[in-house]
Amino acid sequence: MHVPDGFINAPVSAGTGVVAAAAVAVSLRGARRELGGGPGEAGERTAPLAGLVAAFIFAVQMLNFPVAAGTSGHLLGGALAAILVGPYTGVLCVSVVLLLQAVLFADGGLTALGTNITDMGVVTVLVAYGIFRGLLRVLPRRRSMVTGTSFVAALVSVPAAAVAFTALYALGGTTDVALGKVFGAMVGVHVLIGIGEAVITAATVGAVVAVRPDLVYAARDRLTVRLQLRPSPLSADPDAAPRPAAAPAPASPAAPATPRRRSTRPLWITGLVVTLLCAGGLSFYASSSPDGLEKVAADHGIDKKAEKHAAEDSPLADYGVKDIADARLSGGLAGVIGVGATLAVGSGVFVLLRRRRDQAQQEAAGVRTAEGAPTAPPATEG
Amino acid sequence: MGAGHAHKLYKHGHSPVHALPAHCKLAAVFCFVLLVVATPREAVWAFGAYTLLLAAVAAVSRVPPRHLLTRMAIEVPFVAFAVLLPFVAEGERITVWGLTLSESGLWGAFNVLAKGTLGVAASVLLASTTRLDELLLGLARLRMPPLLCQIATFMVRYADVISEEMRRMRTARLSRGFEARGPRHWGVLAKSAGSLFIRSYERGERVHLAMLSRGYTGTMPPALGDGPAGRAEWARSAALPLTALAICLLGWTL
Repeated sequence: MHVPDGFINAPVSAGTGVVAAAAVAVSLRGARRELGGGPGEAGERTAPLAGLVAAFIFAVQMLNFPVAAGTSGHLLGGALAAILVGPYTGVLCVSVVLLLQAVLFADGGLTALGTNITDMGVVTVLVAYGIFRGLLRVLPRRRSMVTGTSFVAALVSVPAAAVAFTALYALGGTTDVALGKVFGAMVGVHVLIGIGEAVITAATVGAVVAVRPDLVYAARDRLTVRLQLRPSPLSADPDAAPRPAAAPAPASPAAPATPRRRSTRPLWITGLVVTLLCAGGLSFYASSSPDGLEKVAADHGIDKKAEKHAAEDSPLADYGVKDIADARLSGGLAGVIGVGATLAVGSGVFVLLRRRRDQAQQEAAGVRTAEGAPTAPPATEG
Repeated sequence: MGAGHAHKLYKHGHSPVHALPAHCKLAAVFCFVLLVVATPREAVWAFGAYTLLLAAVAAVSRVPPRHLLTRMAIEVPFVAFAVLLPFVAEGERITVWGLTLSESGLWGAFNVLAKGTLGVAASVLLASTTRLDELLLGLARLRMPPLLCQIATFMVRYADVISEEMRRMRTARLSRGFEARGPRHWGVLAKSAGSLFIRSYERGERVHLAMLSRGYTGTMPPALGDGPAGRAEWARSAALPLTALAICLLGWTL
């Protein structure tokens, strides 16, 4: 879904251009950290490896997945990039791919480049990464969990891009199609696309996890096992033979013995499941008659004066998705979307705060140890 | 990067358009598309004038029209969407050939189709007359951040390598009798994508080490180019956007 020229009006295009430029600028700084070039190494790994991942995304988009007779789909790659190489590099790679697609293949308009990068690069990558990290945090440490989580992350990221597109369209669309129709069509189609994207992303991440778990950036701290040297009880001689089991440890960049907080995890999961059930499932059966206050207000004529809410025309107004006839389905869908959005925003903020704190700690530790000692070898050598 | 890196859209030639520096052409095309987008949709004649303008540039560049038109097929999915617009848009209904259509939807469809097609045509023309390395150099000259330019350069260099790797894996799958027919076979394809990532990444790490051992410090040596563009070249490439500016202003005033 590359937005062409003339679809979004000029002011909004310019605004998204500014957003995209800012996002790319931030990512350029962040990508140095993600790709293993520390501040001392001037981030010289960034360009080659980010270019490589961009080329990979570009190539994977050409890999066709047959759906049914004659039709086939392909991967969009935003979620995959976010999970495999991290959010900053992911944004960079998708942006570069979009730029070259616009310049070389005329796919997506030049003036709509900012819109495309904001929509397909920034939103997809951030939503996917936020959900992935948020879910990994509450789920048990197992490989299958990584695959499952990447499924959910990719599944949500595609409709999230559709929602973002609808928002941009609401701000600066050049045609006056009712917003609800655009929303319904975009989200409906992209939920289907998202399912395909999710299956493929999960299988791809699963294949990488099985062989080189240290290459899955977003799950690095979850999957790597610290190298354990277990002296054999049979050989009393400590320096008998070099230990054959001294396989190179998948070096996790910083694997301090974090205290496992398993105790809170069941609580988190239960809460999540209950919330989703309530939002999606129970609102199927929720009474559609007005709730207490609304009833009272209606009986006494108070609500005559009640002003219409400003967001009343929003596609999710009154907790229903517009243009979806079945009220129960509509309510359920709106609930699930709401929970998903809240979760994404919340866990995004959480991850950001956490990262900042960790970084501060690492820097504090680094100042103490880095005196004169050579810098550690690149972290990703497996 | 030499001639071997020509991309599919590029059409070799020696016309005045081919000879212009890439950054002049990039700036001209970008300004042109910007002006097209800024033109009011009611000025139908203006879009005709833009089309003539592009046709003139295409004639000067001596790129065969067939080459341009087939490359513009990338727009097709979008055309399908635009055709739907008159049926779903709001507003007054008018009857055309027995179909009730929304008037504003028709305008919207025209707007999107005209501007989108002109944008695609301009981009295709740019890509057909500019080599890949020139394009990247042009982007660098237009002050794109150096790191971003480097990433784009590396992407272009690796794209062929990785596509070839993918093609070899496909050959390997085919020679083992595998043919993807439906979602049941997605697992195999996804495993291919996964191992493609691992192979590419490991190759990238090796290449990076090789680059380090040859003295790479994070910046590429300055690329050899023709130097900054002269005034004459800027003036020549400004012909397109300036004419477009005149048309756009006329479109607003008339």
